[in-house]
Amino acid sequence: MSDTIKMQVARYRPEENAELTFDEYEVPCPREWVVLDGLNHIKDEIDGTLSFRWSCRMGICGSCGMTVNGEPKLTCATFLGDYGSGPVRVEPLANFPVVRDLVVEISDFMRKLTSVKPWIVRDEEKPLSEGEYLQTPAELEAYKQYSMCINCLLCYAACPIYGLEPEFIGPAAIALAQRYNMDTRDEGAAERHDILSEHAGIWGCTFVGECTRVCPKHVDPAGAIQRYKLTAALETVKAFVVPWSAK
Amino acid sequence: MSERRARTEHHPRWLRPRMSTYWWLRRRRHLTFILRELSSVFVAWFVLYLLLLVRAVNEGAAAYARFLEWSGHPVVLVVNVVALGFVTYHAITWFNLAPKAMVVRLGGRPVPAVLVAGSNYAAWAVVSAALAWLLLGG
Repeated sequence: MSDTIKMQVARYRPEENAELTFDEYEVPCPREWVVLDGLNHIKDEIDGTLSFRWSCRMGICGSCGMTVNGEPKLTCATFLGDYGSGPVRVEPLANFPVVRDLVVEISDFMRKLTSVKPWIVRDEEKPLSEGEYLQTPAELEAYKQYSMCINCLLCYAACPIYGLEPEFIGPAAIALAQRYNMDTRDEGAAERHDILSEHAGIWGCTFVGECTRVCPKHVDPAGAIQRYKLTAALETVKAFVVPWSAK
Repeated sequence: MSERRARTEHHPRWLRPRMSTYWWLRRRRHLTFILRELSSVFVAWFVLYLLLLVRAVNEGAAAYARFLEWSGHPVVLVVNVVALGFVTYHAITWFNLAPKAMVVRLGGRPVPAVLVAGSNYAAWAVVSAALAWLLLGG
């Protein structure tokens, strides 16, 4: 393995250039260095004007998602050494507006996320004196996988449907809605149903499956969406057959 | 661009690269996805073909003979062979999706995805064999 590797980094400086350009840097490539280490080396030692988001360096915060050689990746979990002799091409996450260099604008996702109420909704809170809402390990297991989502948005960058139809509520928001729908402490499924069963909700998904493939936390958003399609379809049939049961 | 995606005072300028019309040609996975979407056209064709068959049978022996003759035309044959390929592909993707949509639990444990899909394939084989027996040997 060579001592250094070439990184081609996307630059967008709206005050200088209306288009994306690429700058090339030669960075050290020790075995333990990830793409984010390379970017931090550029920022600290070569070119301080480079902008990118990062925080935890350990796959928890979900800030450092970028496109690495065409694939959406967490740059803190993508080793430079895996790209052989390089070059490693780093671009901003696809399907989001770029505001500067590798930084994308994600308020569209933030709006969609809150619209599905990703928190425990109760019809009535029980008094504190009655203690916690208890759950069995099996009940925890039912939604645990979906709760691993770190909002890194790799799934949105991988989803061609979101790229073509920005109204689509998207993989992570639906997976997180399912995370709470399947939580025994939650009573908000009916409220989420209205948002999820819209055209821009689950029915926007045509099961490309890329969201699940790129998810660094094995959340399986595609599975969550297909499961909810079945739930929504059964709800519709139920509402038709026994209309008085409608909420 | 919809109003909900409007720029804000914090981001007065931004770049929105547009997806190429031919995005689905760049990756094999995307291409197979588009082919699966295209397969729905051939599913619709088979539905139409079946309705034409039912109509011909309903109209009597002469109409049925005409339908068979039309079905034997090389163009119709080629269309049907291509359609069969696409519909089979459609069915396979459909059965592979089953374990994603249905999480089956038996005795408190989730049934492995392979078994969920496998039972669908088994049902497919049984129904096909029953139909073949009915049409060919029964």
